[in-house]
Amino acid sequence: MTPSELNQLRDSLKAAHKNVKKCLHVCVGSGCLSSKSETFIPAIQKEIQAQGLKEYTVKGVGCRGLCAAGPLVSSEPDGTLYHEVTEADVKGIVENLNGIKNNEKVYNTDTPFFKKQKKIVLENAGEIDPCSIDEYICADGYTALTKVLTSMNPQQVIDTISTSGLRGRGGAGFPTGRKWGMMAKSVSKDGKKFVVCNGDEGDPGAFMDRSMMEADPHRILEGMIIAGYAVGSDQGFVYVRAEYPLAVKRFQLAIEKAREKNLLGKNILGSSFSFDIEIRLGAGAFVCGEETALIASIEGKRGSPSPRPPFPTTSGIWGKPTMINNVETFANVAPIINRGGDWFASIGTDKSKGTKVFALTGHVTNSGLIEVPMGTTLREIVFDIGGGCLNGKKFKAVQTGGPSGGFITEKDLDTPISYENLQNLGSIMGSGGMVVLDEDDCMVDITRFYLRFCVDESCGKCAPCRIGGYQLLQILENILRGRGTPEDLPQLKQICHAMQKASLCGLGQTAPNPVLSTMKNFEDEYKAYIEGGVKYARQKSKGKS
Amino acid sequence: MVGEGSDSVFGKILTIMTSETLDQGQMSCEEIRKNIQKYVDKWRNVEGSLIMVLHDIQEDIGYVPREWAMEIGKALDIKLARIYEVLTFYHYFKLKPQGKHSIHVCTGTACHIKGAPAILEILKTQLGFNVGETTADRLFNLDVVRCVGACGLAPAVVIDGEVNGKSTPEKIIEKVKSLQS
Repeated sequence: MTPSELNQLRDSLKAAHKNVKKCLHVCVGSGCLSSKSETFIPAIQKEIQAQGLKEYTVKGVGCRGLCAAGPLVSSEPDGTLYHEVTEADVKGIVENLNGIKNNEKVYNTDTPFFKKQKKIVLENAGEIDPCSIDEYICADGYTALTKVLTSMNPQQVIDTISTSGLRGRGGAGFPTGRKWGMMAKSVSKDGKKFVVCNGDEGDPGAFMDRSMMEADPHRILEGMIIAGYAVGSDQGFVYVRAEYPLAVKRFQLAIEKAREKNLLGKNILGSSFSFDIEIRLGAGAFVCGEETALIASIEGKRGSPSPRPPFPTTSGIWGKPTMINNVETFANVAPIINRGGDWFASIGTDKSKGTKVFALTGHVTNSGLIEVPMGTTLREIVFDIGGGCLNGKKFKAVQTGGPSGGFITEKDLDTPISYENLQNLGSIMGSGGMVVLDEDDCMVDITRFYLRFCVDESCGKCAPCRIGGYQLLQILENILRGRGTPEDLPQLKQICHAMQKASLCGLGQTAPNPVLSTMKNFEDEYKAYIEGGVKYARQKSKGKS
Repeated sequence: MVGEGSDSVFGKILTIMTSETLDQGQMSCEEIRKNIQKYVDKWRNVEGSLIMVLHDIQEDIGYVPREWAMEIGKALDIKLARIYEVLTFYHYFKLKPQGKHSIHVCTGTACHIKGAPAILEILKTQLGFNVGETTADRLFNLDVVRCVGACGLAPAVVIDGEVNGKSTPEKIIEKVKSLQS
């Protein structure tokens, strides 16, 4: 296929799209699927036929974000949203297309949950059918790729990404443009270089990558192909957790469809650029989210991290230069190319540009997937978008960054979100998990939860992480059983600092973060366990904000 | 007393033996070789494919038997130690035959604070399940997973690949009992 043929196809798809008066969008993300939402599609189809409504149609779409109110069905283009839909509601929803009003299941979208969000990465989620490449093309998909291949040289692509100020969305926030630049400069003897998409979303309490891969796989593919062109690579890998079978399936399908249309493979769109992508499955190891461990895993070995330097951009998979970006980072590429680096740089804060997707979960009313501009305050996220704590309970803390992150309390809620601000508060951006805790949650128990996770997931290669983590856990267990002593607290701190300084990779260096963060903000809860025993501590932790 | 004890041990061995005969591990080498041929053909020329081969085997028969690992090692020229290094490192791979139904209780953060421990507890106390073990009747397998990414529906329990969102101990017990009968 050539660029002009692709444009022709897009035009004809758009023309066909105009003939559809109304379309019902049934969410087929993992969340809604668990309530059997896929069965609504044939049911709605049948009902549409039964009522003789020819210009109306139905399709499955990716996650809309409001998972807690699922299964969701929306009617486009008017945007009426139906929540907690059951088989029995299908008839009423189809009747509504015709102007009859059945309002019981209509969800009010005039709320901060929808109003305060800004969708760039997720703009297609809930709009297009993730299993259809035509739908993506119709939504101006692969225009960025065409633009890059026909009118830009690799350096111009890298410059655009640098101008945009995009930073790695995996958590550390390394400037993407600089990484691409480093990668473009590095040479390998046989010319092989690899582009890797890190979809090993191991953080407990995070599901951004999964939703993106399920809702809009082609956007991620497009970002990877553009990255391949910019850095001079012809082979990409997508590393996905095996725990996400649906994401794997949709991604595989997207790759096959893209190959059919010559958007992947040899001489893409008639140009001299060739690029192909393979899927590699993770196998349930959190440490494989770390770059060097991920590389080992793609090579088919156990996922042990190795010291850096050499950095993967110099020596990665099989010793070849390898560039690893997060799913969300790649999803940002196509819009940046289409709308320009300056446009992207105009969104967000001084140093953190664009938007960020968060998985808002825990004891919050509207749990689900959200996307907000950088610089939004945590209070807006938790109270406006999230709707505050469940059942009117009192807010205690919000945890960001998963097992490597920390806790942010009421007094810091007005901080605008950026990589630096969260770090200053003793937490991190992480990949975007955000867990809200209310007055009933015991902070020492949550800390033990995170620590146990890190101890389970430690690969055991370096002593500080392997032994330090275990010792921390033992002390915490003792404290939680009411057998702690006052000496435990300084000892905890000491071990934490040793781990931070001496561990080999990010997992060990950041594993003590939850401990340090809770000891800073909730020291009295630890003390209550040590001084007054378990019962006293539980009562006390409930009374406090 | 001694007689009783050895009786029950003998009984256990017997059940293990009879159930093992149903397992893929008891095939002859030729049969295994025939079975693994398709994986070998698919992955032979792909570098670093060991994890993908193991995924394929587990996908098809539910676990990775030692005999199969040995044959794969021969066919792809990978040392058995290397294969086991990988198999034992990653939580996802199973080395023993699994029960007919799999129950995965998600213990991610959101599920943890919303009641996953209570669900695990009731499965253990009321039904006598143990984490990481198959029940004696080979019907169920209980495992914990670190986040299935259904945090919006916490607490989540995955039964036979199907996500049960907003679970309660009662709902799960009911579901498991319906599978028992």
